[in-house]
Amino acid sequence: MKYLDEFRNGEIAQRVAREIHAITTRPWKIMEVCGGQTHSIIKNGIDQMLPVGVEMVHGPGCPVCVTPLELIDKALAIAAQPGVIFCSFGDMLRVPGTDSDLFQVKGRGGDVRVVYSPLDAVELAVKNPDRQVVFFGVGFETTAPANAMSVHLAKRRGLKNFSLLVSHVLVPPAIDAIMSSPGNQVQAFLAAGHVCSVMGYWEYPPLADQFNIPIIVTGFEPLDLLDGIRRAVIQLERGEHHVENAYERIVSYAGNLEAQRLLSEVFETTDRAWRGIGVIPRSGWKLNAAYRDFDAEERFHISGIRTVESPLCHAGDVLRGAIKPGECPAFGKECTPRRPLGATMVSSEGACAAYFNYGRFLSFEQLAGAGR
Amino acid sequence: MCLAIPGRVEEITSDGPIRMGRVNFGGVVKKVCLDYVPEIAVGDYAIVHVGFAISKVDEATAEETLATFRAMGVLDEELATEEEAFARAADRPQSNCPDGSCALPDSATSTEPQLLGKKYRQ
Repeated sequence: MKYLDEFRNGEIAQRVAREIHAITTRPWKIMEVCGGQTHSIIKNGIDQMLPVGVEMVHGPGCPVCVTPLELIDKALAIAAQPGVIFCSFGDMLRVPGTDSDLFQVKGRGGDVRVVYSPLDAVELAVKNPDRQVVFFGVGFETTAPANAMSVHLAKRRGLKNFSLLVSHVLVPPAIDAIMSSPGNQVQAFLAAGHVCSVMGYWEYPPLADQFNIPIIVTGFEPLDLLDGIRRAVIQLERGEHHVENAYERIVSYAGNLEAQRLLSEVFETTDRAWRGIGVIPRSGWKLNAAYRDFDAEERFHISGIRTVESPLCHAGDVLRGAIKPGECPAFGKECTPRRPLGATMVSSEGACAAYFNYGRFLSFEQLAGAGR
Repeated sequence: MCLAIPGRVEEITSDGPIRMGRVNFGGVVKKVCLDYVPEIAVGDYAIVHVGFAISKVDEATAEETLATFRAMGVLDEELATEEEAFARAADRPQSNCPDGSCALPDSATSTEPQLLGKKYRQ
């Protein structure tokens, strides 16, 4: 609550919150899939403005967090090879592999570079013809068009020294997996606005029908999130389940067709392992046969990787929405943003980091029980 | 890294086969690919993710979103230079053992809030 006062729209937010209170007759669990939305909800205290029992469950929408440990270890192995320039976004530097991270690989002499755009990595390949340039392309549907364009350009330019270590994951199959998992308690979803700006929301109505869940496309501003929650609660209270677009300023039903065209030219659907969750069928994209030559996993045969997950880290349970970050025994003790055990504590989009940075050390139930 | 940051298109250039432009994000200017938003013109606002414009957006929404992201502290992270990204990473030491057993609580840092939950989490 203390942050919302800083917003010009604090009064409107309070009004929307009051409306949510007025229409709520029973407890509901609503999942926001996107890590950026998790960050905004916690930072702005939006979950604390809701009626008791209306709970925000934090989903697996942090690309850094769900990248499998094995892929991180592959990245570290490739980055350590002589003759390689390994390019990544800045948020991957401190994601712990089994026994190192990209930052430490650089400290030991690996040529690790942080780029703003995958096109910067293509430029590096052009300027360094005697080096192998690898770009670490992880992310959801939002990031995929950028990676698709980089590899498309590399092919057009006939570059033999550029490849992608790529692992894209997709939101709709994740919703399917969460709803199908035993013990699932999620009753409605906020869909990620920026993912939908690329993909549209035509993939969501079948999910809403199959699982009887309201799905609301929404943005990141406090008002957008509150409005999304309000619309979800209205549908839940009425027993309805359809897809609504609460982010029409940016999202259309069809999405960005230019981007989707290049995505279908470059990628094909594949099963993907999600860190902490396991393999979700047909939940990701990989380079298709026409672009296989640009796949870093094909170019660098990395073998003998043995991953060891920290036994103290419960990131998987957090990503599934099964526990809140504060319920992990390591939270705030062995595991802090300065010394993260798992990716959910590294990334600013990770639920654990959001809880730690904004002083959320207890679950809502514990707070309620503590006579707040 | 899934956030798209709104910015104002200041210039449109052609960079060989693709359409590029310079986009201003509240003072920080970056080179951005505009191929996915063919309708965009100088003076328009776009939301940009990892150097690619993915959608046009009106000015009011752009300013609102920019203010939100600035307050969240994610602008610096998204628009960081390479030096800034490494400096940020250097500031976050990691435990050296994979199971984390050598990582001690960071009570030495002044930013560490009080653990409210100690007495409830025995």
